[in-house]
Amino acid sequence: MSAVATAERPVSDLAARRARDARRRQLTVQGLRVLTAVVWLGSWELTTRLGWVDKFFFSQPSEIALRLWTWISEGTALGPLWYQVYVTMEETVLGFAVGSILGIAFGVTLGGNRLLSDVFSPYIKAANSIPRVVLGALFAISLGLDIRSKVATAAILVFFVVFFNAFQGVREVDRNLIANARILGADNRRLTTEIIIPSALSWIMASLHTSFGLALVGAVVGELFGATAGVGELIYSAEHLFDAAGVFAGILLLAAVALVAESLITALENRLIKWRPQVVVETKFG
Amino acid sequence: MAPAISLRGVTKRFLTPSGGVYTALHDVDLAVEPGEFCAVVGPTGCGKSTTLALISGLEPPSEGEVQVLGKPVSGIADGIGYVFQSDAVFPWKTVLENVAAGPRYHGAANREARDRARDWISRVGLAGFEDRYPYQLSGGMRKRVALAQSLINGPRILLMDEPFSALDVQTRSLMENELLALWSASSASVVFVTHDLEEAISLSDRVFVLTAGPGTVKSNYKVDLPRPRNVAEIRFQPRFAEIYEELWSDLRDEVLVSYERQKRSGAA
Repeated sequence: MSAVATAERPVSDLAARRARDARRRQLTVQGLRVLTAVVWLGSWELTTRLGWVDKFFFSQPSEIALRLWTWISEGTALGPLWYQVYVTMEETVLGFAVGSILGIAFGVTLGGNRLLSDVFSPYIKAANSIPRVVLGALFAISLGLDIRSKVATAAILVFFVVFFNAFQGVREVDRNLIANARILGADNRRLTTEIIIPSALSWIMASLHTSFGLALVGAVVGELFGATAGVGELIYSAEHLFDAAGVFAGILLLAAVALVAESLITALENRLIKWRPQVVVETKFG
Repeated sequence: MAPAISLRGVTKRFLTPSGGVYTALHDVDLAVEPGEFCAVVGPTGCGKSTTLALISGLEPPSEGEVQVLGKPVSGIADGIGYVFQSDAVFPWKTVLENVAAGPRYHGAANREARDRARDWISRVGLAGFEDRYPYQLSGGMRKRVALAQSLINGPRILLMDEPFSALDVQTRSLMENELLALWSASSASVVFVTHDLEEAISLSDRVFVLTAGPGTVKSNYKVDLPRPRNVAEIRFQPRFAEIYEELWSDLRDEVLVSYERQKRSGAA
């Protein structure tokens, strides 16, 4: 009986049902997401309003939203909000660019040269084992309190992540591809630009995701060591006034910035590595 | 006339990662005439691929001399094409870019390289697929790209390392016929490594049988089947069966030796 039923059912029907199921699932997921936010924010708001949790330390969602609105409409104590975001973004992007370029350059060079990599490896490992954010203090002294010290802090955090990935990427290049390119007549320059770098690119791109987050950390930490503007400075000054709502609002801003940047990098990645079958990166956490 | 390829007393040793010495080839003598299609058969691990690496200049011999086109080999020489066993087309380049790579590496202008590449792409039957990336192609199509990529440089020596071993039987005999057609339109000498005796006989003018590792040339058969051949049909000729039998009796012993060794090293 069921055999007859399947034989008679047109294929399009099956496809429609599959699509409907997928839509329904999508709705369920979205609904549960909203519910999670409501429960979380609602319980936070409720417990602080009822006085079970001290609002002074933990603030409350409505207050944070209000603070954000004030910042947007009236500006912050440090000046207009967009300017704070702009300053931090400038530091982050510059630090990210400097760190990535240096990381790729060093990674590709050392990855392709065994002597250099043997000579430098203990120093790089040692430098990597230092908690590098503290270097921000050094940069604040040596480079001053302007943008350079923040860029340097961001760049040094980015550098190591990108460096190790680029290095590994170069080491993992398929020997067959190199042999093939050499037989086809590629010289060393072509080998580097057409074989080694493209094949290392997926490793490098994977590290760019993490490293943009680190660039943001570097910029914010750099601001904590002394700054006149920026989201980090905004958080820092709120902390000094025991203004928990201000701290939370700053964190929220940072999260929004990081999310936007993340999607930009994903777009860049899809552009650069279009030769690879599309993989779902959205479900990847962290 | 001087042979296109000659190996004289060639031995190749490799250092193993544990510090030992592994002899892949021992005292190999082998000569390929200009325009000749040669196959090299032998059991697993007898140094078939190493032979190609030596001829191409990717690896230097430990002893003996390798000559290609009358000159001793030192490094990768011009005029050699190499089709690898695994996929060696560049995954981040389109079909067109892959095929155009050789001319570009040899200093051709981009436009000229692309024009020549288009021509070769249609010759291997991939017209219309110029803008695809390798991952969008089937295994047989990727092999066609690899073939066009090698042949566009007009190699006088074409080295092929089990190029069709990963293909299904039908695609394989199709590709073999196309290879023969492309080869007969060129004047290239071919060294075709395979473990498949049928493939070796149906394609070649001459078959070298290597012994179980360390490989050395055990025998050298001339295949006197008429050309042009149809690979799918030639196996039914009585002469094919005769040659097959002769060659198999040589190869069988070596395959057994190699198999025994594998069993022992597996047990150890």
